[in-house]
Amino acid sequence: MIRSILLAGAACAALTASASAQTIAITNARLEPISGPAIASGTIILRDGKIAALGAGVVAPAGATVIDAKGGVVTPGLIAPSSNLTASEISGVRETRDDGTGTALSAAFDIAYSVNPASPMIGLARDGGITASAVTPVLSGVGGGAHEHADDGVIEEMTAGAAGSGDPPLFGGQAAFVRLQAGDPDLVEGSKLAVTVSLGEAGARAAGGSRGATIVLIKSALEDARAFARNRAAFEQGATRDYGLSRLDLQALIPVVQGKTPLLVRVRRASDIRLALKLASEEKVKIILEGAEEGWVVAAEIARAGVPVIIDTQADLPDSFETLGSRLDNAARLHAAGVTVAINGARDFNNLRQERLNAGLAVANGLPYAAGLASVTLVPAKIWGMDGKIGSLEVGKAADVVLWTGDPLETTSWAEKVFIAGVEQPKDSRQTQLRDRYAAPDNGMPVAYR
Amino acid sequence: MMGWRNTAAAVSLLALGLSACATTGGTGAKPGGASAKPAEKAETKPLPKGLDGSTSSGFPSTYAPLPSRATAFVGATILTATGQQIESGVVFVSGGKIVSVGGPDTPIPADVAVIDAKGKWLTPGIIDAHSHLGVYPSPGVQAKSDGNEATDPNTSQVWSEHSVWPQDPGFNRARAGGVTTLQILPGSANLFGGRSVTLKNVPSTTMQGMKFPGAPYGLKMACGENPKRVYGGKGRSPATAMGNVAGFRAAWIDAADYARKWDDYRAKKDKGEKADAPKRDLKLETLSGVLKGEILVQNHCYRGDEMAVMIDIAKEFGYKITMFHHAIESYKVGALLAKEDICSATWASWTGFKMESLDGIDANPALVWKAGACVVIHSDDPIMTQRLNQEAAIAMTAGNKLGYGITRAEAIKWITANPAKAMGIGDKTGAIEPGKAADLVIWSRDPFSVYAQAEKVYVDGALTYDRHDPRYQPKSDFELGQTGQGAFN
Repeated sequence: MIRSILLAGAACAALTASASAQTIAITNARLEPISGPAIASGTIILRDGKIAALGAGVVAPAGATVIDAKGGVVTPGLIAPSSNLTASEISGVRETRDDGTGTALSAAFDIAYSVNPASPMIGLARDGGITASAVTPVLSGVGGGAHEHADDGVIEEMTAGAAGSGDPPLFGGQAAFVRLQAGDPDLVEGSKLAVTVSLGEAGARAAGGSRGATIVLIKSALEDARAFARNRAAFEQGATRDYGLSRLDLQALIPVVQGKTPLLVRVRRASDIRLALKLASEEKVKIILEGAEEGWVVAAEIARAGVPVIIDTQADLPDSFETLGSRLDNAARLHAAGVTVAINGARDFNNLRQERLNAGLAVANGLPYAAGLASVTLVPAKIWGMDGKIGSLEVGKAADVVLWTGDPLETTSWAEKVFIAGVEQPKDSRQTQLRDRYAAPDNGMPVAYR
Repeated sequence: MMGWRNTAAAVSLLALGLSACATTGGTGAKPGGASAKPAEKAETKPLPKGLDGSTSSGFPSTYAPLPSRATAFVGATILTATGQQIESGVVFVSGGKIVSVGGPDTPIPADVAVIDAKGKWLTPGIIDAHSHLGVYPSPGVQAKSDGNEATDPNTSQVWSEHSVWPQDPGFNRARAGGVTTLQILPGSANLFGGRSVTLKNVPSTTMQGMKFPGAPYGLKMACGENPKRVYGGKGRSPATAMGNVAGFRAAWIDAADYARKWDDYRAKKDKGEKADAPKRDLKLETLSGVLKGEILVQNHCYRGDEMAVMIDIAKEFGYKITMFHHAIESYKVGALLAKEDICSATWASWTGFKMESLDGIDANPALVWKAGACVVIHSDDPIMTQRLNQEAAIAMTAGNKLGYGITRAEAIKWITANPAKAMGIGDKTGAIEPGKAADLVIWSRDPFSVYAQAEKVYVDGALTYDRHDPRYQPKSDFELGQTGQGAFN
């Protein structure tokens, strides 16, 4: 069995190489470019890994492989705006989790080194139309900003974090960005793209127990990073005052204090969001908000600051004292106020497939449909600086596209074909292989022989 | 002979009387007839209050339906959960019960309220067979973490209803998602977590005000990783899968022995012989309730191979497993589950969050359905419970991707009629057919769509939630004076 999987993998890689030269035309499709209005019925041409043309009047060139979409929908590949995909597989099995650090590192933790291009969860994500993801570190023991799940209330005990003991560090580490092309040994499209930090209850834990300490410590760390950047020589000679963070962590914060790299701030309560905005303004750092359950309360202020948010649209419970105002129309209200909104899938349960349904849920609760589609494509691409390459159907962009059986935000649709860089991706995953093995008719032999 | 018979009747009446007393708070049958009999020996007098172990004594339901009136719902697409999809249908309800259901020509009595549901969809109220609302409420703070009595691998003596906090704002969210009935279970830290309780999803200041009248109790059992991790971590048994099984078997031996002692005692009493009543034991009383078939086994079990072991344990001790929960691998043993008539409660989309959930596939419900076994889509989650219709849609779609042709009329059962059956209330609710409770949801559109919203939710014919009428959007005490004031959509 292992041997045949390996052989299949090799075959995939061979296919990848030869397939990239192909020209593909998807005809008779509803095209959702995101960057412009939908085209009710048209053709899109993928050539040399890029989008070569799209429109109602586009004709498939001679020699192209033609795929009749039969009225299906073509969108850019979906982008997970903040996940642990490739850095974590089974949340309850510590050995498979590389998405957080213990106390050894703080801002310096670099999740790009955690990326496993062979993770079986990648096929599952692609099955949900996801072709790229920001991979963002979590504070150990604090979780990823989404709501906690029960598994009968005991799962928290076994997901107590990567390192286990002591308070988590102040900063979670540095984010990366991956594209999910099968057979590619290096999925990392970008690294050191943001430094994660938590405010509110999680931030308080990292700062010794209280919100009052979190901002003081963050400001102090940023000040230390500036001092460290100004005078490296003095630091090397031991001629500086003591800094609150290690050399590595300070180094990681230099692009943040220089305004080049954003802080990804996990924050939930309205007052904490205000603190994040104030911190950004005072420290002249760029920020992205993640979580923002009470974002609607301060939507105008977020919009004024030009800060994008990444939200889980399912979060409508007062499941903590910092999410008392959670609402299903958070996305709609933020959007109406002019905030740039990206929508996340469930970070737990390897359920990134939920991302598109979460966008659908936001639409059901008042978000315009076009904004819903953008929230899982172009918006996350922009947030992570990838919109020059992916996130919309535009000539010259990478051919990361998905052909859907119907409305991509709908429960009863599915991704029919997924292309990354113009190459059709394998449809199977560990899950589909299990499914097909047990769905097959009984042939009198144990299923292990199938 | 005659005398013996009379005595037997008297004694069983006594027992009935006692349990009825406890059940109805003292207004039940009086044991007067029995005490009037010439009790030839002192032993025939009733045991002191609280010492006679009957399965369902105490904590009676005080649920009363909210005000309702006879109503005809006209024009909706109806999914009956009996296998039918009726276009432009009519449902007539009166006295909290469904009186008739049918096509557009179904007669409607004069002088009843008429709800025009043209363009909408009508389904039975959603039933969540696996919920921890109230026992793990929002906010999820330590002080309200009441779902796992993780102090012993066998805590069959605890009842989840004694942990339910009726002010959990999650009940209101679930209702807005169409959920009218919930089974609230203890957690899975223990081999035997305790009793579940079935609740009507109506706002109430007391748990008793939500308690589903006549619903049987469930016993939460848990195989797999959780009990052995929790107790192995404390240096106690069970620390392994085989330790789990030994723990189950030891408990059932004790239960069978306890049941035998009570049976012996009652038999002697019936014959008028001298007999000492065994001391009532709440733990064993629950387990013996399972052996007597009065309490339904709700068994948390992810893996197919472990289900097969659990089935053998049930056979060894002569009880029935009603449903496996979190039954992520049921697709591997579908034929066995069909043969044993055991339901599988599962998610469609969750997978790989722990070792025993690694093989979760979205087609699990569809494969189990194909095998002819009973499928239930459950939540175990205060977020998912709000959209069980969508989770059922994902499960249905996964099957239809394989060409199974699963209809909405069929898939709706997974969140209505089937959980009702598996909770022992299938004769009372879960389908739109005459005589059943008028637990109904009017959806804005096809409930299997991501865009569908529950617009009106009825419990026993009474409107309990209306998306467009603030008077029918109840708020928990907890949320008053807080950000958002309990509004969530």
